Amino acid sequence: MTTPTTDTPTVNAAEDLETDGPRWIGSALQPVLAIIAALLLGGVLIAATDERVMRATGYFFSRPTDTFAAAWRAASSAYEAMFYGAVFNPSGDTFTRQIYPLTETLTVATPLIFAGLGVAIAFRAGLFNIGAQGQILIGATLAAYVGFAWSMPLPLHLLLVIVAGVIGGGIWGGFVGLLKARTGAHEVIVTIMLNYIAANLLAYLLTRPAFLREGSTNPLSPPVAETAQFPLLLGPPFRLHWGFLLAIAATVFMWWVLNRSTIGFEIRAVGSNPRAAKTAGINVTKGFVVVMVMAGGFAGLAGVAQISGTEGSLSAGVAASFGFDAITVALLGRSTPLGTFLAGLLYGGFRAGAVTMQTMTGTNVDIVLVVQSLIVLFIALPPLFSAARRKRSSGAKGAAPSPSASAEGATSDGTSADAADTAQEGTGAEGPASTTPGGTKEARA
Amino acid sequence: MKLELREITKKFGSFAANRNVSLTVEPGEIHCLLGENGAGKSTLMNVLYGLYQPTSGEILVDDLAVEFNGPSDALDCGIGMVHQHFMLVPVFTVAENVALGSESLKGASLDLETTRSKIREISDQYGFAVDPDAVVEDLPVGVQQRVEIIKALVRDAELLILDEPTAVLTPKETDELLAIMRQLKENGTSIVFISHKLREVREVSDVITVIRRGEVVGSVSPQATPGELAAMMVGREVSLSVTKAEAQAGEEALVVSDLTVVGSNGVTLLENLNLSVAKGEILAVAGVQGNGQVEFAEALLGLRKASGSIRLEGKELVGRSVRQVLEAGVGFVPEDRSTDGLVGPFSVAENLVLDLYKDPRFRSGLSLRKRAIAANAEERIAEFDIRTGSANAHAATLSGGNQQKIVIARELSRPLKLFLASQPTRGVDVGSVEFIHERIVAERDSGVPVIIVSTELDEVYALADRIAVFFHGRLMGIVGPDTPREILGQMMAGATEDEVRATPPPDGDGGPQPPAASQRDAGPSGDDPIHHDGRAVPNAPWEEQA
Repeated sequence: MTTPTTDTPTVNAAEDLETDGPRWIGSALQPVLAIIAALLLGGVLIAATDERVMRATGYFFSRPTDTFAAAWRAASSAYEAMFYGAVFNPSGDTFTRQIYPLTETLTVATPLIFAGLGVAIAFRAGLFNIGAQGQILIGATLAAYVGFAWSMPLPLHLLLVIVAGVIGGGIWGGFVGLLKARTGAHEVIVTIMLNYIAANLLAYLLTRPAFLREGSTNPLSPPVAETAQFPLLLGPPFRLHWGFLLAIAATVFMWWVLNRSTIGFEIRAVGSNPRAAKTAGINVTKGFVVVMVMAGGFAGLAGVAQISGTEGSLSAGVAASFGFDAITVALLGRSTPLGTFLAGLLYGGFRAGAVTMQTMTGTNVDIVLVVQSLIVLFIALPPLFSAARRKRSSGAKGAAPSPSASAEGATSDGTSADAADTAQEGTGAEGPASTTPGGTKEARA
Repeated sequence: MKLELREITKKFGSFAANRNVSLTVEPGEIHCLLGENGAGKSTLMNVLYGLYQPTSGEILVDDLAVEFNGPSDALDCGIGMVHQHFMLVPVFTVAENVALGSESLKGASLDLETTRSKIREISDQYGFAVDPDAVVEDLPVGVQQRVEIIKALVRDAELLILDEPTAVLTPKETDELLAIMRQLKENGTSIVFISHKLREVREVSDVITVIRRGEVVGSVSPQATPGELAAMMVGREVSLSVTKAEAQAGEEALVVSDLTVVGSNGVTLLENLNLSVAKGEILAVAGVQGNGQVEFAEALLGLRKASGSIRLEGKELVGRSVRQVLEAGVGFVPEDRSTDGLVGPFSVAENLVLDLYKDPRFRSGLSLRKRAIAANAEERIAEFDIRTGSANAHAATLSGGNQQKIVIARELSRPLKLFLASQPTRGVDVGSVEFIHERIVAERDSGVPVIIVSTELDEVYALADRIAVFFHGRLMGIVGPDTPREILGQMMAGATEDEVRATPPPDGDGGPQPPAASQRDAGPSGDDPIHHDGRAVPNAPWEEQA
């Protein structure tokens, strides 16, 4: 772009189209559009499943406006309720009640941010870590054990719990890196399998006396000691705890690692061009291990946030589905620390708001899941869009696409588009995503 | 057939790869498209072959406007293309490859007999000597190229586009190709010949159209001197040779003995290699692509497992990690800078420290010293004249020449005990070639042993103090820089130095059956500088590089 005598004008040209404004606008625009599109489509679904809308469609041809009015009411009131549940509740009688939803969002977002960072940092090294779930579980297990089995004064105990969580997740993640480095095993397969192992290991441990709550036959551990819990940030009734500040710190830490440290330099080099990294003397296989230990460590912190923040004890469902949501969060955040942080907040809001939405409007809570999934789909779509745009810009009708042109579409969207493709492949999502792996292959060919 | 391109403009976004390009190819004409890398030659040919659609302008075949929406449209109009990288299925036979895409059927089964007889027909007509039943991957590169040509001819192509066809050929194969081109021309086939090698272009073309920055600079006859052509390509006068003093070779610094590399499939890629390089001399490794040069460089750098010994100032390098080799003072410029030398999404500044970020200058503890990295970038950008908008621009957005300057600047920015550069000027514009060659010679003159791996003979002659010739992973011999071109050519084709000298080919100038290489040396105008004073003076080191 800087000079017209370039070897590959096609690739540069694609970037030309994208970088009209400052770079961050280009990279933030796409997730924002994906969110808006998903919310719109979600609104249509809410309306379509609403009873009043259904009744109105019964006499659609005599009074069609009724249907549209009902549809608008259904969708807008559902989103309004979600907003009340996630950010601000104007009908609360005290200020505390009014802002309670926001603190709840931050609370729920905390483990999502941690786990999201764990997925994101692996993405940056070109690794697809879908093992955050297992890493959370193992981190939580170790953290919980230290939390209820040991007895110590407050700052030290909590610190040890945090360290235990990081170590637990780090071991579980590092194992993946080690297998990949030593044997070339694909991290997607390994992480999926380790998720199962972690879940079953936890289920087994919860049947052992060492982990069972005294006098209980339910698979539930003893509560962790007071000294092992995060202090509340705002005091009761808010659940928001110091773990959220730790999440902010973790975000800053990841930014520092990626942009300011030699390790991050290596990680990014390995992720962007492993061959050049190798030629420059960077030990690529060692890099895999290091980055997976860090990824697991971040995910382990999500386990700590659950144990010492909200749950207070270890159970089979301690990780909920945070490990899987984390993949979406990292994708939505384009694998940047700040982006992941913001995406974590958004998803926290979805989770917190969904409950209120259901109680206030009767809209099924699963609609939020649909919206979340739609976001992923819309993020995976752009390679298709840019391919279409290329066709249009070349002014051809029914032209045979040249391989370089498809590659251009994918490369111009950078790593996260690529990662999105991989995400679809990995989770076996259906629909439009099924077309993207092909695009990925072309782009990498 | 007559082909006319009228005012073709091809834009990618706001960038015009071709601007108002017009040219006419008369029937039975060899029309050369000459231009530097990135000048827009390939884009133009992709437009002509239907891979791209022009933003504006039109294509006329025999005075009729046509629109190509894909290669099949172009083929239907009688336009065939031989790509630089062959589009052949290696495990298929020649006949299968030729039939591919236009298979004729006998009932429900494939009918290859028709194709076979067509191949034989064409092969006999042009003396191709291609066996229709040979498996393509077993054939030498030159023959594979003929298969590509046959593919086009079987489809009744009346106009052939040859995209950089000589890049992968030995000098002898090149001459054979040029002969084939002349023969095709006599039979009425028009040829568009894309090249940046002035020697070939002047020898075979009827008309030369020079393209610079996407625009036609002008059309000239092949009688134009290389200097004139080069000036047209670059847009300014260029120095025609590297000025370098006699090498002041010091003590032996690098000693390679019995170096053997075996590939993962058990094939020996490099066999018992023995050579040494002294301080202050340039050893050029010559050879046709894929004869073990890459493996040699990779083994030296520790990227590949090797047996034998590589000693740099007495220190064994075999078995060391890449980092250890780099720290031992080896500077390495990889052959393919975009895959091996640079991280595209990294900034210029980051790429300039890609293998130096652990140097105390650029880090303290685990933390990178951003300011030092930025300062280093400013310094190198100025010193090596890297043309970039800013040090923070992504390396991938720079032109090939400037990318190469980044790699070379990085490798030369620390004290070296050995400098190894593979294809240091491939795909680099002429202006940068001069500069890069000067820097390499300067490095030599500062007492560093230098190894240049190059498949371009002109570059070899321009830089070498000694020339090592590789063939099939073996060293055919190490010869002086004044070795005549035809001897080098024969060594590159598999003759050892002794064999060549023992059976001297008929002496170059006008023997009864002069070998192709010497014919070329004599040159159409007989003014080739080689031989004149017994020393190979590079007549145009830049000419391979445009």
